Amino acid sequence: MPLDDRSTDRPVIPTTSQRTGGGSGTVGDIHAREPVITVRDCNVHYGDTHALKQVSLDIGRNEVVSLIGPSGCGKSTFIRCLNRMNDTIESARVTGDFRLDGQDIYAKDMDVVLLRARVGMVFQKPNPFPKSIFENVAYGPRIHGLAGSRRQLDDIVYESLERAGLLAEVKDRLDEPGTGLSGGQQQRLCIARAIAVSPDVILMDEPCSALDPIATARIEDLIDELREKYAIAIVTHSMQQAARVSQRTAYFHLGNLVEVGPTEKIFTNPGHKLTEDYVTGRFG
Amino acid sequence: MSNDNPGADANPTRPVSEARRKVEAGVARRHASERRFRLYGLFSVMFGIVFLGLLLASVVGNGYSAFRQAQVRLDIHFDRALLDPEGRAEPGLLSGADYQLLVKSALGEQFPEVTERRERRELNGLVSPMAAYELRDLLLANPSLLGTRQSLWLPADDFVDMLLKGHVGRGAGVSGRPGGAQLAWVDRLKAEGRLELHFNRAFFVSGDSREPEMAGVWGATKGSFFMLLVTLLLSFPLGVAAAIYLEEFAPRNRWTDFIEVNINNLAAVPSIVFGLLGLAVFINVLGLPRSAPVVGGLVLTLMTLPVIIIAARAAIKSVPPSVREAALGIGASPMQTVFHHVLPLALPGMLTGAIIGMARALGESAPLLMVGMVAFVADVPGTPLDPSTALPVQIYLWADSPERAFIERTSAAIMVLLAFLLVMNLAAVWLRRRFERRW
Repeated sequence: MPLDDRSTDRPVIPTTSQRTGGGSGTVGDIHAREPVITVRDCNVHYGDTHALKQVSLDIGRNEVVSLIGPSGCGKSTFIRCLNRMNDTIESARVTGDFRLDGQDIYAKDMDVVLLRARVGMVFQKPNPFPKSIFENVAYGPRIHGLAGSRRQLDDIVYESLERAGLLAEVKDRLDEPGTGLSGGQQQRLCIARAIAVSPDVILMDEPCSALDPIATARIEDLIDELREKYAIAIVTHSMQQAARVSQRTAYFHLGNLVEVGPTEKIFTNPGHKLTEDYVTGRFG
Repeated sequence: MSNDNPGADANPTRPVSEARRKVEAGVARRHASERRFRLYGLFSVMFGIVFLGLLLASVVGNGYSAFRQAQVRLDIHFDRALLDPEGRAEPGLLSGADYQLLVKSALGEQFPEVTERRERRELNGLVSPMAAYELRDLLLANPSLLGTRQSLWLPADDFVDMLLKGHVGRGAGVSGRPGGAQLAWVDRLKAEGRLELHFNRAFFVSGDSREPEMAGVWGATKGSFFMLLVTLLLSFPLGVAAAIYLEEFAPRNRWTDFIEVNINNLAAVPSIVFGLLGLAVFINVLGLPRSAPVVGGLVLTLMTLPVIIIAARAAIKSVPPSVREAALGIGASPMQTVFHHVLPLALPGMLTGAIIGMARALGESAPLLMVGMVAFVADVPGTPLDPSTALPVQIYLWADSPERAFIERTSAAIMVLLAFLLVMNLAAVWLRRRFERRW
C-alpha cells in the first residue's frame, strides 16, 4: 500500500487505508496537488446493493481526473455523489466525508442549489432544454441571478458559447431550439450551459459516448482547454480518451477504487493486476 | 441448439438449412395472421364508423326540423282601448295588460266568419299562447307602437308546427290533433302566405318552457357553461397541483401508495354517488343554493378531479428524466425544475386529460339530478348562483315530455350538446398546439 504523503502544507484527512492499515486496498496516491474536492470513505448503497465501497479520492484544481472501469463499477455513482444528484434517487444512501474546498458537501446547512452552481455536470446523453440555444445557456445565470442586465446576460451567454467552442456555429441562430442541433453540438451546448454559471468543478458522465469520433475529438480538445479554469472529473469507457484528456486516472472495479495514479502510469505500468487486465483489454 | 429441438441434433451437419426450412414453413402462417389482424382492426373501425354515422343520422334527421318554427303573420293592432282602457299611459300598466286580446282580435279580423264560442277558442288555439308575451315585450321595448297597426310574425302553436312539418297526420278527431275546422284554417293561412316556417330563434335564445314552440336551450347551455367553468377553474389547478406533488415531491411510502390507490378508486366511483355527496355536503351542510350551477360544478369537480390527477401524473411521468437532471444539474431548485421545465413539457398531456374529464362532466346528468338541477327552470341563469339546468338534463326532461314537438327539440338539444363538445375539443386542440410550439 504505497501511500506517499507528499504534501505537508494541507490538512491531512486520513483515509481508511491509513487508519486500518490498507483495508480498502486502493493502489496509488489518491491525493491531488491542489484539491478542490476531497472524498474520504465514500459508501453508497442502492437499497441492498453496496454500489461504492470505501472510496477515497481527491479532485484537484486545473486537472482532469478520469474515472474508468467496467460497466456497473460505480464510476457514475461516484461523481453523482459530488453534486448530490444521488439525492434524487430515493433508495440511494450515501455515507462518507465529502468536501468542496473544505466545506462538507453533505452537511445539513449545505444548500444543494448552491452546491450544484459550484459543481456543474454534463450528462451522458446530451440533454439540452427544449428551449432556444440562448435560453439553454442563459437559464443557469438567470436562476442564480448572475446577470444584472440583459446586456450582461448576453455577455455571459456569448462567452460561455465561445468557451465551449460553439459560438461560431450557432451565433446566427441563437433563438432556434437547442434540440435541433447535432449530437456533438448539443453536448457542447450542455457544456456551455454548465460553465455559464462559473462552477469550480465540472463533472462529466461519459460525455462522448453518444457522439461520433469527430465530435468526440472536439469535446476532448474542449476539456483540455477547460482544465485551465476548472477541476474536471470525467467518467469514460474509452481508455484512449482517458489517456488523451486526463492527468490522473482512477480505476473502479465492482464498487472498489482499485487504483489511482498519474494517467501515464496507469496505462503503462499499472500497480494492480485488475487494472492491468482492464487497460490491456483482457476484460471489461 | 436447445434440447427441445431434436431435429437439429439429428441433422447436425445442416443446422442452418433445417432452421431455414422451419422459418419458411412458418412465414406464410405469420403473414396470414398479420393480414387477419389487420382485417379485424379495419372491421372494428368500420363498425364504429357505421354506428357513429347511424347515431348522427338519427339525431340530425330527427332534430334538424326544430331549427325552423311555424309562424303566423297577423295584423296586430296595438289598440289603446284594449290595452289601456283607462287612458293612463304608464309602462307599469302596459306590462300588466291582456295581450292575448290583441291576438284574438287579430285572428277575429282574419276569420270574421268564425263567431261561435267553441270555434273561436279553437281558432285562438292556432297561435301559441306565448305570442302574447312576445307582443308585450315588443311594446315595452318600443312604446311608440301603441295605437299603431303592425304586421307581425308570431309563433304558431306546436300542433300547427308539427302539421306543417308533416310530423302529425291530418286525421281528425284524435285528441291533441287538429280538428277539421282547424285544418281548413291552417290551409287557408298557408294559401294566403300567412303561415310559414321561419328560423327558430326562440330555440337558441330562451330557457325551458312548457310550450314546445317557445322552449329553448339557452338556459341549459348557459347552465352547462357555468358549471364547466366552475369545474375547470377548480379541478384543473387542484388536479395538476396534486399530480405534481405526488410525482415530484411526495416521498414513496405507504401513505402515498394509499392515496394513489384511492385516487384510482375514486375515478371509478359511479357519478350518482358524487351527486349524493354533493347534496349532503354542499347543500345540506354548507347551505349552497339548490339547482345552482355552482353546486353542479362542485360535484363535477369531485368527479373530474381523479381523472385529471391520473392524466396529469401520466403526463409528468412521460417527461424524460434527463430534463430534470439537466435542470437540477445546474442548480435549479426542485420547484424551478418543475415549473420551468417539467410542467411546460407535461402541459399538452395534462390538457388532454383535462378535456377528457371535462367532456365527461359535460355529458353527466345523474349527479346533477341529486343537487336539484333537474328542476323546471324557465329563466336563463345570469350567474352561477341562479337556479338552472344543464344540457344533458334538459335533453332528459324533453325526452320525457309528451308533446310531439319535444321529440325534434330533444334531438336538436343533442345537436347543441355535441356542438358544445366539439367547440370544447377544438379549444383543447388549439391550446395543445400553442403549448407544443414552445418545444
